[in-house]
Order: sequence, then structure tokens, then C-alpha cells
Amino acid sequence: MKKHFMKGCEAIAEAALRAGCTFFAGYPITPQNEIPEYMSKELPRYGGVFVQGESEVASVNMVLGAAATGARAMTSSSGPGISLKSEGISYIAGSRLPAVIVSVMRGGPGLGSIMPAQQDYLQATKASGHGGFRMMVFAPSTIQEAVDYTHKAFDYADRDRNPVMILVDGCLGAMMEPVILPEYHDNCNKQEDWVLDGCRQREPRTVLSVSLTGEPQEQFNIEMAKLYESWAGKDTEVELYEMDDAEIVLAAYGTSARIAKTAIDTLRDEGVKVGLVRPITLYPFPYEVFENLDYKRVKHVLDVEMSIPAQMVDDVRLGVLRRAEISTFGRSGGVIIGVDEIVCEVRRIAEGGAFNG
Amino acid sequence: MDKIYGRPESIKNRVSTYCPGCLHGVANKIVAEVLDELELREKTICVLPVGCGTLGLFYWNVDMISSAHGRAPAVATGIKRCTPDKFVFCYQGDGDLAAIGLSEIMHAANRGENISIIFVNNSIYGMTGGQMAPTTLEDQYSTTTQKGRNPITEGYPMKMCEIISGLEAPKYVARFSMDCPKNIIKAKAGIKKAFELQIEKKGFSFVELMSNCPTNWGVTPLESLEWMRQNTLKVFPLGVYKEVE
Repeated sequence: MKKHFMKGCEAIAEAALRAGCTFFAGYPITPQNEIPEYMSKELPRYGGVFVQGESEVASVNMVLGAAATGARAMTSSSGPGISLKSEGISYIAGSRLPAVIVSVMRGGPGLGSIMPAQQDYLQATKASGHGGFRMMVFAPSTIQEAVDYTHKAFDYADRDRNPVMILVDGCLGAMMEPVILPEYHDNCNKQEDWVLDGCRQREPRTVLSVSLTGEPQEQFNIEMAKLYESWAGKDTEVELYEMDDAEIVLAAYGTSARIAKTAIDTLRDEGVKVGLVRPITLYPFPYEVFENLDYKRVKHVLDVEMSIPAQMVDDVRLGVLRRAEISTFGRSGGVIIGVDEIVCEVRRIAEGGAFNG
Repeated sequence: MDKIYGRPESIKNRVSTYCPGCLHGVANKIVAEVLDELELREKTICVLPVGCGTLGLFYWNVDMISSAHGRAPAVATGIKRCTPDKFVFCYQGDGDLAAIGLSEIMHAANRGENISIIFVNNSIYGMTGGQMAPTTLEDQYSTTTQKGRNPITEGYPMKMCEIISGLEAPKYVARFSMDCPKNIIKAKAGIKKAFELQIEKKGFSFVELMSNCPTNWGVTPLESLEWMRQNTLKVFPLGVYKEVE
């Protein structure tokens, strides 16, 4: 297979194109600008449409409109922009439309820093808009995974008629790695019975996120709850690394997980029995992996994130349920975690030292 | 005997649930008549706003999508760019379009999107119970300007035709009134002009329809029409503001 040496953001954009994405609307925000830039250049060559929206809000609503015509549609942003897009993401979920949203995280509330961080776990998994909807969230840790899961995200979005998020940090967005790109597919939803294309020889259709009475809205919410629950069993993805005999378990995703793996290799050479649970789907979260750890052996779970305070640790706690000590280690604001920092933290834990959790 | 008048196919056979005397029903009907006359019904996608205009959902007999408050022109942009052979129009009120959706309407207009906007202006937020809109007149009562709109603190009525016609890209910008049959006939002709421009792929068209709100103005339907003539129509002059052949 031919390998391409690509930057994360551009690889995500190319993967979307090859998944049949024919509409992209976005707004400039660092560190994801390479996605709209790449799309503006490449989408028209595939017969697609790129629009630079006047705002994050407009961009996500353009995606909503495009999705209603049966096009595979995508937008991308970073934390502050995703906050603005939240309205539209909720309307996409409420309208039962498929769309892919890429969030390239930076560091901190407000404008924050533009440097790589993982400060938007909670935004992605718990609070991406009003009304209590959920969406699948994929957290790749290599650019190859970013490509593969971007491609896959469109399939899940179409299957569920629901938004899907790809959550990466600025490291993955900006660094270059060799990737194998998927074949081009011209997938779309044009033949589906919910698509708006004019009521020629059929009854008019509506795509609505509004209910003027209580019961239909409740019915919708019940139906969606069933959909969300169905993901846990069949769609959860997780990577286990050096877990067979691990007594100390690291929990980390994305770039943090890559750094954690290197730290584990060093620690294993020293004889420390340490492993990694890396959630790939942050929603649905792999609670059962943490539920089913052998707590006779596992004494400590260290949650490692490029976020202060840690965010994923809330979900880790729900899986561990006080059966092991949990602590957190992280850097944030754009400061990348050093391998040696994780190594030191795990050594301290192994030696029964101070916990910071 | 020839049938010379009937319900347009683009309107469902359903009793109106708009408030008594509300002109939304007239706006819905003349839009539907134009859709029929131009044989657009089977290729139309209507983008509904948030507000009383959302109720078009119950009446138009075409494909429709609901949008977030003010975002209809962005949703319409996504639809039209993906399916340029379909007919796409937005139906928006003055709170939706001129306040929370000001950015979306201005930029869709500035890009010259090949869509048509029907802008129903009744100088008030109707659905939410009569709050001040950007189009509320000086001294006009609303539930959030109970002593009347004070320009010193609340500014002046925003005139969208005047603002949008200042842009390069729009092809047709016009304001009509629905206060009497004569003006309704003119309004319908304006809508037809706007829709034809989209069919001809000429670009962005904007039709403002001056309307009423007897319920929230606190007057009878007939009084509301007279109030329009004595007040709103003096602040919002009717006419074609821009027309590019």
C-alpha cells in the first residue's frame, strides 16, 4: 500500500473527501485551519462544495442544510468554535441528520491558548449542546487512526442519523506521519426516505427539530435514548497495552496515550508492572474495561491527560468504583506531557509514594 | 363553469391556527400561489424560522426544514449549494432575521446566494409574547419596553431593505405591505419577481412583507391595519430598493 506523509489536519480532510464528503463549511480558528484550507482547495476537484462561513454558527448550520439534502457533510473547529457550534450540533441531533464534526483541542477556557491540549473532553462527551443528546466521539492517537476513524465516522453518522465527533489535540493536528489512505467512496444519503429534494410524485417531507406538544417530543427522546444505549454494547473501542499483569493502570487517550506508552516501555524495563487502557471511543466510554479489571492485582489507576483539572477521570471513576486508588497526572495550557514526567509519577506510585489525586 | 379561484396546491387543506387577523395567513397563501403559478412546488425546499413563522410547517404543502433562531439563510446556503437545481426559500420574521440572525442574512446576501427570502415584519416578537424587536417603532409599547421604545437606550427601528440593498450582490430587494388587497396584489407580484430571479439563477432576492400582530399590539384586527398605515408604513417606506436585471 502506498504511504503518504501527511499532516494530521490535512490527512483528516483527505480522509473525509475519500469517505464521500461533498460539503464542508468552516471558520478560521487555530489549530485546525489546515482542514478548511485543504477542503477549499481539494473539495471542488471532487465536485464538492466548500463554503467559508461568516461564523462558526453559520458554518454548522450550513452543514445541517447540506446534510438534509443527503450530502455527506463536515465541519471542524477548536474549543471556542465548538462552543459556538454547539447550537447547530444540537439542532443536527434534534433533526436526525448525519454530520461529522472535527474538534482540534487547545488549552483552557475562554480564548485559552492555541497550543495543543486536551481541555475539551467534557465538552465533547457531555456538553456539546443543549437538550441532552449524545454523539459518538472518537479519539485517535495516531494520524493513521485519525484517517481511519474520520472515514468510519461518516458511516456511523449515516447509520444513526446523528452527529459524530472526531476529537484530536493540536499535536495530532499539526504533526506529520506516514499514512495509508482509504480508497475513494462516493457514499451519500440521496436515496434515503428522509432527504429533502422536492416533493415530486410523493408527499412532502419535513426535517424538524421541533415538537409543539409533549408526547411526540418524549417519544423522540425515548427513541434516541435507545439509540445511545445501543452503542455501548457494539461500538465501544478501546486499546489495552501491557495489561496482562499490570498492577498500575494508566488511563489516557489521544496524544497522552502515545506518551504514556513510551513511559510504560521505560518502566517495564525497570520491572514496574504498568499497563494502559486507551479509550478510542470516548463516547460510548469503555466503562466495562475498568469495571472488569482484576482488582486483586490492580492497585492503582493513574489518569493521564493534557488537561488540568483532569476530565476523563470522571468516567474512569465510574468504571473503577473505588476498587482501586485513582490519581491524576497532567500538564495543560499547551505544555506537552514529558515521558519522564509520567515515568517519575508511576515510580512514585510503585514505591507507595504520595498521590496527587 | 370554469373554476377561477381555489386553494393553491402548495397550501394544505387545513384550518388556520394563526391568531385572528394575523397576516401570516395571507403571506403563506400568496407565497403558495406563486409556487403554484411558477410550478415550483415539487422542487421546493422551504426553510422555516423560529417564531410564528415556524407554523408554516402546518400549512405549506412542500418539503420543509426547521432551523435555529436566525440561521435559516445559513441552512438554505447548505441546501442550495448541494442541490442548485432545487428551489429554496426562507420564511423569517423580524426578530429572527434582524436580531439574532443578522449575521446570517447579511452574509448570505453578500455572497449572493441564489435563494429567496420572505421577511415578514410586524415590528414585534409575536410567538414569545410581544417583546421589543429591532423593528419596533419609536415609542411603541412592547412587554420589554413598557413605556415605549426609547431610542436613547434601545436605538431606532432597523430597516433591513435599506441595509441589504447597500450590498453589491443582492439582485432584488423590495418592501411590500399586506394591509389591503391592493398592496397584497403588489406583494404577490414582488414575490413572483424574486422567485423568478432564483429560477433564472440570477442570485439573492429579498422581499419584506409589512405585517401586523393584533394580539401583541393589543388592538383589533381592523385597528391593526389602520395602525400599520398610520405608523409602521411611515417608518418603513414601501417600494423596490434594488433591482438588477
